[in-house]
Amino acid sequence: MSALSALFVREMKLATRVGGGALMGALFFLIVVTVVPFGVGPDLNLLARIGPAILWIGALLATLLSLDRLFQADRDDGGLDLVLMGEAPLELVVLIKCLAHWTATGLPLVIASPMLAVFMNMEPVAIGATTLTLLVGTPALTFVGAIGAALTVSLRRGGLLLAILVLPLTVPVMIFGVSAATAAVQEPVPFATPFSILAALGLFSMVLGPIAGAAALRHAGD
Amino acid sequence: MSTSVKRLFGRSLTLDRGGRRVLSDLSFEAAAGSALVVTGANGAGKSTLLRLIAGLLRPVAGDLGLDGGDPELTIPQQCHYFGHMDALKPQLSVEENLGFWRAFTGSADATVFEALARVGLARLASLPAAYLSAGQRRRLAFARLLVTKRPIWLLDEPTSALDAASEARLLEVVGDHLDGGGLVVAATHLALPFARMDSLRLGPSVVEAA
Amino acid sequence: MRLIDYANPTRFLGLTATVLPWLAVVTALTFAVGLYLVVFVAPADYQQGETVKIMYIHVPFAWLSMFCYVTMAGSAFGTLVWRHPLADVSAKCAAPIGAAFTFLALATGSLWGKPMWGTWWVWDARLTSVLVLFIMYLGLIALQETIEDPARAAKASAILTLVGVVNIPIIKFSVDWWNTLHQPSSVFRMGGSTIAASMLVPLLIMATAFTLLFLVLHLMAMRNEILRRRIRAMRMIEAAGAE
Repeated sequence: MSALSALFVREMKLATRVGGGALMGALFFLIVVTVVPFGVGPDLNLLARIGPAILWIGALLATLLSLDRLFQADRDDGGLDLVLMGEAPLELVVLIKCLAHWTATGLPLVIASPMLAVFMNMEPVAIGATTLTLLVGTPALTFVGAIGAALTVSLRRGGLLLAILVLPLTVPVMIFGVSAATAAVQEPVPFATPFSILAALGLFSMVLGPIAGAAALRHAGD
Repeated sequence: MSTSVKRLFGRSLTLDRGGRRVLSDLSFEAAAGSALVVTGANGAGKSTLLRLIAGLLRPVAGDLGLDGGDPELTIPQQCHYFGHMDALKPQLSVEENLGFWRAFTGSADATVFEALARVGLARLASLPAAYLSAGQRRRLAFARLLVTKRPIWLLDEPTSALDAASEARLLEVVGDHLDGGGLVVAATHLALPFARMDSLRLGPSVVEAA
Repeated sequence: MRLIDYANPTRFLGLTATVLPWLAVVTALTFAVGLYLVVFVAPADYQQGETVKIMYIHVPFAWLSMFCYVTMAGSAFGTLVWRHPLADVSAKCAAPIGAAFTFLALATGSLWGKPMWGTWWVWDARLTSVLVLFIMYLGLIALQETIEDPARAAKASAILTLVGVVNIPIIKFSVDWWNTLHQPSSVFRMGGSTIAASMLVPLLIMATAFTLLFLVLHLMAMRNEILRRRIRAMRMIEAAGAE
């Protein structure tokens, strides 16, 4: 087994065992979506209209909150030192950790979103479009969030700071994710245009996140 | 093609941490087959020197060099760093913890079970690492040095939390590594009875950075 | 023999090993009777047709979603006040079963609502309260799963359970108020006490059957949990004695 596949397998094991918290993100997502009607009222037409945006905001917050331990656990137990010394390129290590984190935490959000869309009284087309945009967009959130996780790795209470650092960077993903999801139901606007940009943002952050994250981790030891 | 490691040396190393000069104009030399034992008071920079060799800290001046070894690899990539932290995941079993580092570090040497037997943990292979005592965790962390082959061992207080029997076993393993042409740099405040050793004493160099 | 003697986990394992098969048989028989009455005897509603028969499982699920919570609250009290050795086992094991029944209450409510309301979900006061209860169950399970040491997990979740008991009436009241504020009585309501005896009898039998099912599942889960804790203790002893 190569170094990186061993890392992926270990990260998945850690996420799915007791205390790994893989499904905690999905639970938080459910709560965010449930709380919205208490704020805006149970008007089903209104909920259907804002549904895609609510699902996106819920997924964004759930992703960010689950990211603060991405590198911190490794730093606390000394494993990060060994990773830094190793032969595996740090950028690829960050990439693999992000992919494992997304599989354990982001993918459940995507799977939960059609169910939560029912709470928002969304139409089948809107549900499908929102789920698809989340499938393409949540990896981008994880990769961008990993930069914040790497920057705050040595801070005791980095969780809130992480959100503050990363939220502005996720604005483009939010904008094109929600516009693609709403474009699917509103006739004149094409779905493909914002969706392609969203996919492009995903690929771009897949490069930017690991490079910037690895640079931040290299300097965290000093 | 890798050749065996002959000599690790540092020349006029200077290092600041947090505005404080921790190492100043330090030179040392460690030869293969013999342990370099670094002693000194708390804060003298023993751990800092090991972390510097491991590539985890960067000096402001001076350089490190290696004679022999694999020219394709950096010095840290040929080092095993055995620091204060054990790099163990409590949720994973003893075997999974060690197996991960074996697969991740590359150039596998002993199997997981051979290494566990060597440190006396073979019977606990399937237990979660969370159940281990401090000494057992330390020994499991040490087994990591056996599952992959790296010529330079950097040991930071290697015998802390170990009882007399475990300490003897650890020293025996380190002795075997030295006999095989390995190189050891150990930081300690206890007298470690290695067969062949040189010593390096770090002074209380708490000097304000210029 | 005093009642407290049954608190001994070994005696509990022995006792439940004897009782469980009989309890399982009684549960199966009650289900057989209940389902027969529901499918062949109970009348279809003149408005809702056969759809109304979802009620015979939906109402027991809703009842059990609360009954499980009461069981957990009682156990939580036992954990904190009497430090009863079985209380936290009982609380821990009731949570996933309660969450499952609550989920089924929501799912069957949604299925029942689709033909009534034309949509799978409305933010009706009852459904919303049950949804909040479901989230509380999931939170309790998450808390128990996150703390590794069973004794600490038990105390923390006991406190949260009891806070929930105090809060649930307030939540229910707030949700009712919030709902009537926005949506005055637009929702289908069951006929309250005017329910006919031909429907009430099968409903009560089904409710009994599901309550028995809860007992069987709960006792089985408690047995598993006790054994799981013993294995954990044995492995820790093994780790300590491995020198």
